Amino acid sequence: MQLRLEHLNKTYTTKRASVTAVKDVSLDFPDNSIIGIIGKSGAGKSSLLRLASLLETPDRGEVYYDGVRVDHLPKKELNRRRLEIGMIFQNFNLFSSRTAGKNVAFPLELAGWNRRDIDARVKEMLALVGLEDREKSPITTLSGGQKQRVAIARALAPRPNILFCDEATSALDPQTTHEILDLIKKIHAGMNLTVVMITHQMEVVRDACQYVAVVDKGYVIETGAVSDVFRSPRHEITREFLSNIRREEITVDSAIAYLQAQGYEVNKR
Amino acid sequence: MSPITELVLQSTWETVVMVFFSTLFAILLGFPLGIFLFVTSPRGIAPKIIPYQLISRIVNVLRSFPFVILMIVLFPLSRVVLGTAIGTEATIIPLSIAAAPFIARLTETALNEVDKGVIQAAVAMGASKRQVVRKVLIPEALPSIISGVTLTIITLIGYSAMAGAIGGGGLGDLAIRYGYQRFRTDVMIESVVIIIAMVEVIQFLGNKAATLVVKYPIGSFGRQKSPK
Repeated sequence: MQLRLEHLNKTYTTKRASVTAVKDVSLDFPDNSIIGIIGKSGAGKSSLLRLASLLETPDRGEVYYDGVRVDHLPKKELNRRRLEIGMIFQNFNLFSSRTAGKNVAFPLELAGWNRRDIDARVKEMLALVGLEDREKSPITTLSGGQKQRVAIARALAPRPNILFCDEATSALDPQTTHEILDLIKKIHAGMNLTVVMITHQMEVVRDACQYVAVVDKGYVIETGAVSDVFRSPRHEITREFLSNIRREEITVDSAIAYLQAQGYEVNKR
Repeated sequence: MSPITELVLQSTWETVVMVFFSTLFAILLGFPLGIFLFVTSPRGIAPKIIPYQLISRIVNVLRSFPFVILMIVLFPLSRVVLGTAIGTEATIIPLSIAAAPFIARLTETALNEVDKGVIQAAVAMGASKRQVVRKVLIPEALPSIISGVTLTIITLIGYSAMAGAIGGGGLGDLAIRYGYQRFRTDVMIESVVIIIAMVEVIQFLGNKAATLVVKYPIGSFGRQKSPK
């Protein structure tokens, strides 16, 4: 799906103060790309995600999916649209009252699928994320990486054409982060899907994204193809994010991941 | 069977009947109220300030009433509904009304404790408010709702003993009439021991039920169909 944002503005008002979290943000990305939105905490990236994923409505500006305006949809239309939107979260947000399989079944139940189709789709999705043997497992028995895999299976079960990832790897260790990013890239390669990742880690952008938008104080301060932005960052904040990676200790794992991200075959021995 | 043993068995049965039916009615009344309070609260998923304040106040008033007073206040209601204010059946009405607000608050608290992120995920997947309540909130809150109901049953066992004192029958009544007024210490001890045993059994079963729903979430059972 092609995502386009036009002059989005969003202000949150409380009794004490009002904060403009998103200021005149316009973004336009090619169809079926993996997009990273990076910023420090409080930069407005989560608000931007909530607007782009139609969880909130902008005060001003428009959101377009495949050229169709989708902000301010009526309630019924919006709930139907949501089936085309997948979402995963930092804290997974899985239902502990359901097994892994029934978590994946949840959006399908909402969409009114019949039981046999749900069963088949659940098995297909769990196999896709490599958890075919955990269908009956309670969520509490899964590791963090496995939980995020179930969340991915759940998000993609109703065949959405856009996937929003809200700090989806921030609660995971580096090894598991790589596995999850690889899984997302693998899935992306196999279907018609736009992926939008909100993150504060430049490594995530480097390892998984094709395009990046850098957000600071509510503004998008830099945007473009990841390779261009990494080669010649224009903004101070962007350079700061990049130097954070360079200062990071280079471990064998991160070196391998980097090479793989650049398209090299790496023999792990 | 000695007359005393028979009396003890009879009273035990009366207590069981009182506690069972008052728990049932308290849940039927209190559970929907608890959901209403959660949904309409100012921070709920469909805030409605005035109805919320109204129900919330009524719940608070009923909860602050000392039970003995509540029972006397409700005598006329028992008379209207059942034609009498005395006896095991008549006691079920004040017991239910005393316990319903308790269940309502416990349910509201249990629903409030459900992780907000989980609700957000359900909304993001296109769940309506009704679906959020039915398919997410209630199942997610079930373990703590079960603990709350367990607590309520135990409180009701205590209340039912009090209710016995003003004509409800049951073990409390027995303990007072025989154990206290006729100096039958053995009857007193028997009654108290049976009440303690009841509390222990309910607590055990309640804990067990709460653990089981955590251990076997929705989807644990049913046949594992092989993909064709």
